[in-house]
Amino acid sequence: MNFPILSVITFLPFAAAVIMLLMPANRKTEVRGVALATASLDLLLAGWMYLQYLLGEMTGYQFIEQYDWLPMLGISLKFGVDGMSAPLVLLTGVVMFTGVLISWGNDDPHVMAGIQDRPREFFAFLFLLAGGVFGVFVSLDLFMLFFFYEIAVFPMYLLIAIWGWVKTREYAAMKLTLYLFIGSVIALVGALAMYWTQYQNTGILSFDMIQMESAGFSASFQYAWFLPVFFGFAVLGGIWPFHNWSPDGHVAAPTAVSMFHAGVLMKLGGFAALRVGVMLLPQGAQQWSWLIMTFAGIAVVYGAFIAFVQTDLKYMIGFSSVSHMGLVMLGISTLNHNGLMGAGVQMFSHGIMTALFFAITGMIYDRAHTRQIPELGGMMKALPFTGVGFIIGGLVSMGMPGFSGFIAEFPIFMGVWGRAWLLAVIASISIIITAAYIMVDIRKVFFGALPEKLEGHISPITALDKIAIVFLCSLMVLIGMFPAVMTPMVERGVENILRLLGGA
Amino acid sequence: MFTSLDFTSILPEMLILALGVILLIVEPLWKEEQRRNAGWLIAGGLLAVIVISLLFGQPRGESAVFGGMIRFDWFGFFFKMLFMFAAAVTALLLMDHEKVGQRGEAYLMLLASIIGMNLMASAADLVMLYLAIETASIPLYILAGFIISDERSTEAGFKYLLFGTVASTIMLYGFSLAFGFSGTTDLYQLAGMFAAGGISLPLSFGLIALVLVGLAFKMSLVPFHFWAPDVYVGAPSPVAGFLSTASKAAGFAVVARFFFVAFADYAASWTLLLAILSAITMTVGNLLAISQTNIKRLLAYSSVGHAGYALIGVVAFSELGATSVVFYLAAYILTNLLAFGVVMAFSRVTGLDDIKDYAGMSRRNPVLALMMLAAFLSLAGMPPFGGFVGKVFVFAAGVQANYVWLVVVGILNSIVGVYYYLTTMKFVYLDRMPNQDEENHPIPLTRPYAIALAVLTIGVILVGTVFAPWFSWATGGALALFN
Repeated sequence: MNFPILSVITFLPFAAAVIMLLMPANRKTEVRGVALATASLDLLLAGWMYLQYLLGEMTGYQFIEQYDWLPMLGISLKFGVDGMSAPLVLLTGVVMFTGVLISWGNDDPHVMAGIQDRPREFFAFLFLLAGGVFGVFVSLDLFMLFFFYEIAVFPMYLLIAIWGWVKTREYAAMKLTLYLFIGSVIALVGALAMYWTQYQNTGILSFDMIQMESAGFSASFQYAWFLPVFFGFAVLGGIWPFHNWSPDGHVAAPTAVSMFHAGVLMKLGGFAALRVGVMLLPQGAQQWSWLIMTFAGIAVVYGAFIAFVQTDLKYMIGFSSVSHMGLVMLGISTLNHNGLMGAGVQMFSHGIMTALFFAITGMIYDRAHTRQIPELGGMMKALPFTGVGFIIGGLVSMGMPGFSGFIAEFPIFMGVWGRAWLLAVIASISIIITAAYIMVDIRKVFFGALPEKLEGHISPITALDKIAIVFLCSLMVLIGMFPAVMTPMVERGVENILRLLGGA
Repeated sequence: MFTSLDFTSILPEMLILALGVILLIVEPLWKEEQRRNAGWLIAGGLLAVIVISLLFGQPRGESAVFGGMIRFDWFGFFFKMLFMFAAAVTALLLMDHEKVGQRGEAYLMLLASIIGMNLMASAADLVMLYLAIETASIPLYILAGFIISDERSTEAGFKYLLFGTVASTIMLYGFSLAFGFSGTTDLYQLAGMFAAGGISLPLSFGLIALVLVGLAFKMSLVPFHFWAPDVYVGAPSPVAGFLSTASKAAGFAVVARFFFVAFADYAASWTLLLAILSAITMTVGNLLAISQTNIKRLLAYSSVGHAGYALIGVVAFSELGATSVVFYLAAYILTNLLAFGVVMAFSRVTGLDDIKDYAGMSRRNPVLALMMLAAFLSLAGMPPFGGFVGKVFVFAAGVQANYVWLVVVGILNSIVGVYYYLTTMKFVYLDRMPNQDEENHPIPLTRPYAIALAVLTIGVILVGTVFAPWFSWATGGALALFN
């Protein structure tokens, strides 16, 4: 394992961002070319890494690299993936690749598709974001995790504020940034407290998270600090009642950024809450799991109901994301094998599914210039690819067997049943609601007659868009049909978490 | 008699003096329009001084020289390098200032001021310290009021002078009391006197308060910050940038040495006092910054806020605390100079200083906008810029010293900071000029600006990513205070 694959995956987007910023602003095609080449390369590397892990021994953390960063305070650049993070690295690669594809833009003046205004800055900021996300998923050092976490937050402000939907972009961008920043700095205080307590207990000055697993935090310390750390990160995971920034952000963001935001960024919150909150403070997690479970249960049902009454397609998907991320949190809060398994797969499955939804919504909006569900119709004839894609995404969202959503949601409900059967019953209401709004929306948007207003305005989507849709759909079907490409891996990650929980 | 150690200890100051003499000789020979070249001379000269000092003037251990007047250690040395770097950048930024750039006196004042600051960082005796502070301040009073034809500049100069003299007089009173009770002016002997219980606690408290007034003025801590916004707006912009960085850092250097060494035994009383000052300073600075419409006033209040963050490291009263202050100031000097540099480059072309005038700036000069983004994100404490790392270290020191409440106040303030820094960047990136014809209003950068801003931008990113060398130097400086 000599090739430093994880650091290459992480730093490639940063390098590409710098290169793009150094290119002349009017070379739009070349800038897009660099973006696509980088994204493809990163996806290939991430895929190769994933296969290596899957076909290898699948034990513990792999591809570990460690470089001194600030040895005096025990800060190092330590990369490594386990069964939980490897799928998320792949997910980031997929979303980055498809995000670049659908942002390519075309020269048709009637279709304002893709990014026409300052693509150089757009792709540079998007890649800074992507690099930050990769960095969080692969870091095994707490300082490094925060470093990349913040890098992933600030480009969001610019991406939404500059290229977002004119009506709400300023408001939404600022709201999102403040929410996420507040969450992350609160978690930072917790992390610093953990760092010094470890020093008191063991005399080791280190931000190494594997080291911290055996720092011997006292029970009262864990009870006190678990909440700020977990919820500080979970804000980004869209946990109720701190979910408010999320749908606003989705709606205001340009298509590729919505894909990133819902597909990857929210996983960042769930993942960091799991890795730092649950894994480093396991007794705190056991103490407070009822609270998370309650919040997550509310999020699941509430999100689904709110999604049901939305008339704006993007708000509908935004709130369905709150509901689905609630399932992830629900899975985490069970702290048992099935629940955590499901949460791990759900993070991947939901990431791909929402990315697909937002990509399709973006394509429709670029052509119809409206996202209001009552004003749409007949898209199946006009844009058959988007219709099929949306239906597959919908089936995943409903948790149909044969698709990745089933592989994810079924274990979560089993896990919840093991902890609190009543909650499982209540949460399962969301499945019905989800099925209802997905089917109603599919009927209204894709079937029926094309509204007269839109007659002749709906130009076909580009080949790049089709590639993106097919790619995302096939991944979801692949996992649904052959769960073995993912579940054994996630299972290894879960075993590690259970070991920490059991040893507490 | 002079020993070679004495020479080495004031090597940078002697070289700066020589540089000033060269400037005095050469400048009259230049024609009027060539005189801005003084900026190149000073910047290049200071760079040479930095290199020579690093090669030949490094301290080996701590030693008292000139009969205990000066302490020759890493702490002072690190700050000296910072001051000279800041002055070199300021000289570059002065060059293209319409009314100041062609006046040799301005550069000379700058040099005189850093001699004073260098001595502030290394003074170990009350007399030396007072002389150093005045040497640093008087040229700055003149520089702040340099543009006689401009009423605001004159006002700034006077305001700074009046506030400054009052504050330093009160501080001098504190010094004289310290001498009166202990019989010594040497900081390190004072520490011994205090440790022996020579002064009662209430008295020491009063002493600390008196001394703190003068230094708080330098650092622009609330409630001694009133001069800052007016002076920053009125003074020539490069001078304002210098005031908000090097001058402020010099105040911190004195505070750190004074409190960590002389008042070490009263730590219990002054840490709480400084903690309260720090909390008030952060909060007032950041809250007032929100409503500003002038970018220089915004930066003035934000720099008040930053003094509060840096003070957390002093409050922590530990090796890591001292290290984090030094590191924070290094990152802050680079960042704030960059921010002021961008503002200067913008207002030199447009003549405008209001935040709303920055609308469409990213289309008028994308590179300048990116530099501004780097500066403001660093001020807001975002990675991969220096401000993030500095803030994390300061907060880490605070948590270690069990000042969690102060860190929480700091965090709340940094959220406020994110709000107004991003709001400003919104104008730059999102809004358009009234006629949307940004292409016809470019903002060209002259060569000195381009060089200074590029160096600063790279510096801000380097401090925020490859921080191990800076940190080990800062630690070296901090350790000198705890021996």
